[in-house]
Amino acid sequence: MKAVNRPLRKKDAMQLLTGQPVYTQDVAPENCLVVKLLRSPHPNALVETINTSAARKVPGIEAIYTWEDVPQDARRYTIAGQTYPEPSPYDRLVLDRHVRYVGDPVAIVAGEDEKCVDRALKLIKVQYQVLEPLLDFRTAKDNPILVHPEDNWEALCDVGADNKRNLCYHEESSSGDIDAVLAGSDIVIDRTYHTKACQQAMMETFRTFCTIDPYGRLHVVSSTQIVFHCRRIVANALGIPKSMVRVSKPRVGGGFGAKQTAVSEVYPAFVTWKTKKPSMIVFSREESMTASSPRHEMEIHIRLGAMRDGRIRGIDMYTLSNTGAYGEHGPTTVGLTGHKAIPMYGKADAFRFTCDVVYTNVMAAGAYRGYGATQGLFAVESAVNELADMLRMDPFDLRERNITREGEVMPAYFDQVNSSCALDRCMARVREMIRWDEKFPLRDLGNGKVRTVGMGMALQGSGIAGLDVGSATLRLGDEGTYNLTIGAADMGTGCDTILAQIAAEVLECPFDDIMVFGADTDSSPYDSGSYASSTTYITGKAVEQCALKLREKICAMGAKLLGVPPERTEFDGKTIYALDEAGTRGARVTLADVAAAAQSGNELSLEAACTHSSPISPPPFMVGAVELEVDLLTGETRVVEFDACVDCGTPINPNLARVQAEGGILQGIGMALTENITYDERGRVLENSLMQYKIPTRLDAGPIRVEFESSYEPSGPFGAKSIGEIVINTPLPSIADALYRATGRRFTELPITPEQVAMAGWQATDKRTQKTNTREDVNK
Amino acid sequence: MLISITLNGKKITSDVSPDALLLDWARAQGCKSVKRGCETANCGLCTVFLDDEPVLSCSVLAVRADGRRVTTLEGLQEEAREFAGFIADQGAEQCGFCNPGFVMNALALFRENPDPSVDEIKEFLAGNLCRCSGYEGQTRGILNYLAWKKARGGEGAAT
Repeated sequence: MKAVNRPLRKKDAMQLLTGQPVYTQDVAPENCLVVKLLRSPHPNALVETINTSAARKVPGIEAIYTWEDVPQDARRYTIAGQTYPEPSPYDRLVLDRHVRYVGDPVAIVAGEDEKCVDRALKLIKVQYQVLEPLLDFRTAKDNPILVHPEDNWEALCDVGADNKRNLCYHEESSSGDIDAVLAGSDIVIDRTYHTKACQQAMMETFRTFCTIDPYGRLHVVSSTQIVFHCRRIVANALGIPKSMVRVSKPRVGGGFGAKQTAVSEVYPAFVTWKTKKPSMIVFSREESMTASSPRHEMEIHIRLGAMRDGRIRGIDMYTLSNTGAYGEHGPTTVGLTGHKAIPMYGKADAFRFTCDVVYTNVMAAGAYRGYGATQGLFAVESAVNELADMLRMDPFDLRERNITREGEVMPAYFDQVNSSCALDRCMARVREMIRWDEKFPLRDLGNGKVRTVGMGMALQGSGIAGLDVGSATLRLGDEGTYNLTIGAADMGTGCDTILAQIAAEVLECPFDDIMVFGADTDSSPYDSGSYASSTTYITGKAVEQCALKLREKICAMGAKLLGVPPERTEFDGKTIYALDEAGTRGARVTLADVAAAAQSGNELSLEAACTHSSPISPPPFMVGAVELEVDLLTGETRVVEFDACVDCGTPINPNLARVQAEGGILQGIGMALTENITYDERGRVLENSLMQYKIPTRLDAGPIRVEFESSYEPSGPFGAKSIGEIVINTPLPSIADALYRATGRRFTELPITPEQVAMAGWQATDKRTQKTNTREDVNK
Repeated sequence: MLISITLNGKKITSDVSPDALLLDWARAQGCKSVKRGCETANCGLCTVFLDDEPVLSCSVLAVRADGRRVTTLEGLQEEAREFAGFIADQGAEQCGFCNPGFVMNALALFRENPDPSVDEIKEFLAGNLCRCSGYEGQTRGILNYLAWKKARGGEGAAT
């Protein structure tokens, strides 16, 4: 292949690296009103009175809006970027008299500069009726404190939601008789795991500017993964027709799912629609940490039954998910805890997956890379690691006995056939990469430090089966070059590039001859957006099909110029040949000739459009293993190396796939060891800056090594599946297991802090010392 | 206050408030490469040179730069392009938002220590956060660039 499976430079790489002004704030008009939000200091309260008269007198203030400017009985909406009808409940108003978490907006202030807006914010006088908050998600279901008592709360889909029970979702699914299987198992691992509301912490915080376009419509320019969903959300929020809204995205400074929720868009949209003046909001890092869309905090109870020979017979999982004050992505993330973790153990006789998603008075959660699978895999893989230990089996050997393999039916994956799977090869490769058999289980360095290893596997999806839509249009232009237009959003992942690679492969043209544009609701073909690991697999296939269609049109045009029927032509990417009866090439025209002819007295469109969806979501697979050096006295845990092998099908661009994996792994390491979210008794997030919320620096992990073992997915473009999300999952169970080996303690809550490790380490050291002492006593 | 700063080789006199940050001042002059990623001097996105030292422009008042030279990535395009190609060849730029600060600080490293070890590279750039890349590709790119420079240096001496 000439363009696919090649490590080409990202199309925008040099522009980004040389600091060109390509992001939202860089391209905003200079005269934008500055928009900021007054936020609630209480986790649960009603705004009794709000006095803005002094604030309005500040010179430069253009407008101040409060709940009194927003009809409280209007239809609510969700800011989750999902296909309509959204599973996330309609539970928001632009400004709500009832504020539900510390940070919930109370007023929108717009003024000509930051100074006057900051002053006005301080002058707004609010009297709250403070209500008792519901902060513990374990007590939320059927709690007398209701997060959403209002009658205009609405669930569009039947997802078992009930606002009068604080319930955002409920599901039960099963196969086989799990209770009987567990009763008949030799060993049952019974554990509860807890993961936190980790932050995506993309470097570019949420930001949006809005203008009124020449037709009087609202133009929203935002750092978003979901231009089309965003148009619907903004129109719903403002109560205006969708046709009056246009959404575009410039370059996006990272998303990781955060920008699959319209966190910032609605506020400047409200200001610009009301004032008809351009306006912009730029979230501070503190706002991005305290009033955004982090991962769902979850508690997962696992009962895993197995026989002494290592055969895993059944998994029973109950997940409790905390969606916070609003239900964005609440009903959809939770399912992945079960549906992406259980299927790896495809030989089990039975499974059961039950879950509840509850409202509480903390920041609403959203979408974050892994989307529930991360949490579920931490739990299941940790339980399997514990099982291996109890059986005195090597964790690799135990899995080899149980994993799903290519061609097998996956009962816990909606009975899909495992159409492409190199999980077994990934496992063998990682075992070699980390030199597992030399290092397992533990090496005592003799200075209070030990080196241990741990491993974990992962599965994710490739798009949402039967739902996600990807589209592309391709047009032949001057001199035989092409314009590819997409609605998927490159947020740094490189989708503009890999989609161009797919087009170039089909059109047999140089990669540089494909110009990419995306994404804008007025000019892009419809695409659900860049999330759910869908872009390569879904939109990539749309591009492939689109390019095939355009080839036909090029041949038709060539045939017309050559005076032969289209079926008697051949196109090699540069030239269209007329074929004689024997198939021998004769007269010819160049692609440039065709392109020129297309612009002159022509009625044949040299543009193709294609839309694609897939009834299946073929899973990528991954295995990861870590070597840790643990100081048992201080609890300091150093990642000596992390080795991983990914089966994402054909990597369209091996460089970009590798960097996705390396970056995802480091995020997972952060989630396992340093990234914590805690709330005080008044419902405030303590980790509200990059000072407290510790994302890994380049000193925090040893080498991360990534290799690929590719299966070939028949339904994907050139055999490709997905890579974006799966990569965050394996560090969590790997690190927890390695720390068990170091300390003898099972860590079931993330992150595992040095303090916890030290506490366990001291006990481990004591035990070892006691053992040594006992031996010495005996010797005496 | 009236201050005078030589920005990317061009002398600029402007009236600033005493609490204006160098970051906001530089952006107001059109140097949009200078980015804000936090409010706590943790991320390194806003790195510029003050005279020839890399500083976090979020933590320097504009008035402190009065009478001095400020260099942003806009003023180092040629030097930056030469290095940046090696990062692009790894695909490690990713979203790009941290790139300007990272490139600035990397150039500062090469000026200070033309032949750094991997540990020295990591140490020097520890304050430049990146959430996308996991840093591995950045390190590979830097090492390739240094190797290329060394090889080219050799060639240069021969001719």
